[in-house]
Amino acid sequence: MESVQIISMVCYVISAPLLGLLLAGADRIISARMQRRKGPPILQPYYDVRKLADKERPSAGGVQEFYVLCSLIFMVITGAVFFAGGDLMLAVFMLMLSTVLLLVAAFSSNSPYSQIGAERELYLTMAYEPMVLFTAIGFYVFSGSFRIIDIATGGSMPIVHLFGIFIGFVFILTIKLRKSPFDIGMSHHAHQELVKGISTEFSGKTLAMTEIIHWYENILLLGFIILFFCDGSILGYVIGLAVCISVYVFEILIDNSFARMKWQSALKSAWPVALVFGLGNIIVLFALEA
Amino acid sequence: MGTLKYHIRRGNTGCCDAMFLILFLILFPVFAAIIMLFMKSERQRSAAVTASVAVIMAVSVLLVIRYGGRGLVLFELGSDIISYSILLAEILLAAGLFCMGVRHKRYLASVLAVIQAVLVLSFEFGIGHGIHAANNLYIDGLSSIMVLIIGIAGSLIIIYAIGYMRDFQHHNPEKEDRRPQFFFLMFVFLSAMFGIVLSNNLTWMLFFWEVTTVCSFLLIGYTKTDEAVNSSFRALTMNLLGGIGFAFAIIIAGNDLGIAEMNRFLDAGLSGASVMLPAGLLVFAGMVKAAQMPFHSWLLGAMVAPTPISALLHSSTMVKAGVFMVIKLSPILGLNSAGMLAMLVGGTTFLLASMAAVSQSNAKRVLAYSTIANLGLIIACAGVGTEEAVWAAIMLTIFHAVTKSLLFLCVGTAEHHIGSRDIEDMDGLFSRMPKLAGMMIIGIAGMFLAPFGMLVAKWTAIASFVNAESIVLIVCVCFGSAVTVFYWGKWLGKMVAVMAGRENTEMTVHRQEWFAIGTFAHLVVALCILFPIMSEHILAPLIGNMFGSVSYMALPSANLYIMSAVMMLMILLPLVFFRGKKVRTGQIYMGGVGTGDNLTFIGSADTEVNISFRNWYMKEWFGEKRAGNTGAVIAASVTVCLLTCSLLVWGGIV
Repeated sequence: MESVQIISMVCYVISAPLLGLLLAGADRIISARMQRRKGPPILQPYYDVRKLADKERPSAGGVQEFYVLCSLIFMVITGAVFFAGGDLMLAVFMLMLSTVLLLVAAFSSNSPYSQIGAERELYLTMAYEPMVLFTAIGFYVFSGSFRIIDIATGGSMPIVHLFGIFIGFVFILTIKLRKSPFDIGMSHHAHQELVKGISTEFSGKTLAMTEIIHWYENILLLGFIILFFCDGSILGYVIGLAVCISVYVFEILIDNSFARMKWQSALKSAWPVALVFGLGNIIVLFALEA
Repeated sequence: MGTLKYHIRRGNTGCCDAMFLILFLILFPVFAAIIMLFMKSERQRSAAVTASVAVIMAVSVLLVIRYGGRGLVLFELGSDIISYSILLAEILLAAGLFCMGVRHKRYLASVLAVIQAVLVLSFEFGIGHGIHAANNLYIDGLSSIMVLIIGIAGSLIIIYAIGYMRDFQHHNPEKEDRRPQFFFLMFVFLSAMFGIVLSNNLTWMLFFWEVTTVCSFLLIGYTKTDEAVNSSFRALTMNLLGGIGFAFAIIIAGNDLGIAEMNRFLDAGLSGASVMLPAGLLVFAGMVKAAQMPFHSWLLGAMVAPTPISALLHSSTMVKAGVFMVIKLSPILGLNSAGMLAMLVGGTTFLLASMAAVSQSNAKRVLAYSTIANLGLIIACAGVGTEEAVWAAIMLTIFHAVTKSLLFLCVGTAEHHIGSRDIEDMDGLFSRMPKLAGMMIIGIAGMFLAPFGMLVAKWTAIASFVNAESIVLIVCVCFGSAVTVFYWGKWLGKMVAVMAGRENTEMTVHRQEWFAIGTFAHLVVALCILFPIMSEHILAPLIGNMFGSVSYMALPSANLYIMSAVMMLMILLPLVFFRGKKVRTGQIYMGGVGTGDNLTFIGSADTEVNISFRNWYMKEWFGEKRAGNTGAVIAASVTVCLLTCSLLVWGGIV
C-alpha cells in the first residue's frame, strides 16, 4: 500500500464524521429554505448528537448498543477500504454487513415499530442491491479491475462509459440516503406511521451512534459519485466534487418535493432502473469491447 | 474376493495402503450398516454408531492427509469378480425397485428401473465387454475434498441422529421403531457416497449413484405416511430418469470412444474428441441429483423425512454428488452445449429458487429452496468452466455443506423443543433457547453475510460470470443475491429478537445433538478464518491440476486476509463488549401504554392488547407456484433444446 492510500484512508476515518455532520447541517438548512423556513444553525446535528451522548441509556433488550457499535465499526472499515483504494466488491459487501447489523439492532428490541421499520429496510435493501452490484461490475468491466485505486487512476473518466450506471446509482442513492419518496423504513422525521422506524427504540448513546453511522455512510456514498469522475487528475476530483454537491442538492429537492410512496413502488421502480440503466450499460460496454 | 489383484500404475509404494484406505472407506460403512441391523438396544446402538463414525472420520482424514495433495493417483483394481458382483447387485436393486413400484402401483418407477437395468446389462454384455477399464479407482484433490465433506459432515450428522431419533421415536410413539433400518441406510449411503467420489470406472460410479438414489428413496419414505410415500416415489422417479441419462452417457462414450473411465473421458474431451452428447447427459444426471429445475420438486418433497435425513442426503452430501459430477466435468464445459446447459439451468434455478424461498414460512422449506438455489449457483459456476469459476464452485460446495448442515440440525432440534418447524413460531427463540439460537444465527449469517465463506465464494462467482461476459448469469446472480439477503435477513431478524420472560427450554437437548451442532458452528467460523490458507494451499494447486495449468488464485489474497481479520474481529467484539457489563433495560414503545412485560399494551377502551409479529412473505410477487413454474418451464425448455441439439450434432444431422 502506498502512502497516498494510507493518508486517504486516515483522512476518511477522521474527517468523514466532520464532513458528514456539516452535510447533515447543510441538508437541514437547505431543506428549511426550500420550505421558506430559516432552519437551524449548521452545527445543529453536532449539538443533537452531543446531547444524546450525555444521556442515560436504558435499552430495549439490552443488546442493541452492541449491534449498533458493530455496525459503526464495520461502516468505518468499509469506508477505510474504499478510500484506501481497496477492492470495490469488498466495500460493497462490508457495507451490506454494516447495514444488516443496524437492522439486527432494530429487530432485537422486539418492538413493533422498529420491527416493521427493519423489515421495510430489508425490503429496500433487496430493491437497491442489484444496482449496487451492477455499479461495481460496471467499474470492473470499464477498468478491468475491482481495485478502486486502479479505477481512480485509470486515465479516463469512467462517467463517459458508465453514464447509464451513474443514473441508476443516483436513483438508488435516494433510497440509501433515506430520502423521500423511499424513506419508508426510517425517516428523518418522526411524524410518520412508523414513528421513527428502525431507530424507534434507540436512545442516548445508541441513537447518537446511528447518527454518526449515517454521516460516515453519506460521505462514503458521495465517494462513489466522485469515483465516476476520477481520471487521475486534480480536475477529475474537482468535477467529481462539484457533481457530488449538485447530486446531493438534487436529492434534497426530491426529498422535499415528493410525498412518500407506497412500499411496492420501491422494488417496482428500482429493479427496472437497475435492468435498463445498469445492465443496459454493461451490455453496451461488452459490445464496445468486442 | 480371494483372487483380488491390484497393480499400482503411478506413484510410489505408499499407494498400496492408499488403495486399502479407499476400499476400507467404501466397505467399512457397509459392514457397520449390517451391524446396525442387529443392534436392538438403544445403548448398544449408540455406542456402535459412535465407534463406527469415529473410524470413518479418522480414515477419511488419514486418506486425505496422505494422498490428497498428490494430484491424480489412479489404482488398478481389475477383477471380474468385482465387476460381476456389482452387476448382480445392480440387477437386484432394479428388481427390488420394480417390485416396490408394482406394490405401490407406481408403474412409471418400475418401468424406469427396468429400462435402466436393461441399458446397463446391454452395455456390460455388448459394447462394454470389449472395453478394458485399466483403472477403476482414483483419488485426486476434488475427490479428497468430497471425502472430507462426506467423512466429517456425514459422520457428525449421524452422531446427531442418535439423539434426534430418540426424541423422534418419543414424539411419535405410535410408529414402529425402525431405527435399525434407519441407521443401516445411513451407513450404506455413506459407503455409496465414498464410492461415487472415488470410482474412476463410470459403470462403478453409476452403481454407487443408484445406491444413493435407492437410499434416498427408502429414507424419504421412512415414516410411511401417504405424503412420505408420494414424495419418496417422486424422488425415485426423477432420480431414475437422471440415472438413465447417466447410463446412456456410458453407452455412447463406450461406443464412440471406447472409453469407460472418467479420467480418460476428460482427457478425450480436452484433446478435442466430440464428447458433447455424453457430457451433456452426465450434466443432466448431475442436475437431477442436485435437484435443479424442473426436477427441484423431489427435494422439496424430501423434507417430510426426519431432519438428519434432510441434512445428510438433501443438503450436505447426496445432492453434492450431483454438483461433484458437474464440477468434475468442468474442464470440458464452457461455451459448448453441455456447458450452456449447466450455466442456464443453474443460473435460472439460483434466481427463481431464491425468489420462492421468500414466500416460505416453513423453516425446512426455506432451507430446501436455499439449497436448490445454491446448488444452482455451483452448477452454473462449473458450467462456466474457467479456473476462477471452478474455484468458486468448490468453495461454495465446502461452505454450503458445513453451513447448511448446521442450519438443518438447529431447525431439527428447535422443532423437537418448540413443537414446530415454522419460522413464525420461533418468536423469542433467543430467549427460550439462547445457545441454539446463537448457533442458528451463525448459520444464517454464514449463508449471506461477509465475512463468511459463502459470500466470499459468491463474490468470486460474480467476477467469473463477468469475465465470461455471460449476461444471463450476471442478471441471475445479482438479482438472486438481493433476494437472498431479504429472505435470510428476515429470518435473522426473528432469531435475534429478545423477548422478556421466556423460560429456558434447551436443557433437554441431547449430548450428541450439542456435539454435532457445536462442531458445525465452530467449523463454519474456523473455515472462514482459515479461508486464505485454504485457498492458497489446497484450492490453488487443486485447480492447477484439474486444468493442467499452474496454481491459480481466484481472488487477490489481500482481500481474503481482510475477510479473515474481519471474522476474528467479529469473535473478539462481543467478548470485549459484554465483559462484566450490566445494561438497564427499558420499556419498548407500542403506541399505547405498555403493561410492563413488553408484550402487551393498553389499547382503546382500556383493553389489554397482545403484540405479535409476522414475517413478510410477498406471496403475490415471489409465490412458490409462480417462481417454481416459471423456473420449471425455462429450465425444461433449455434442457430439451440443448440435449436435442447435441443429439442432432452427434447423429451427424446438423
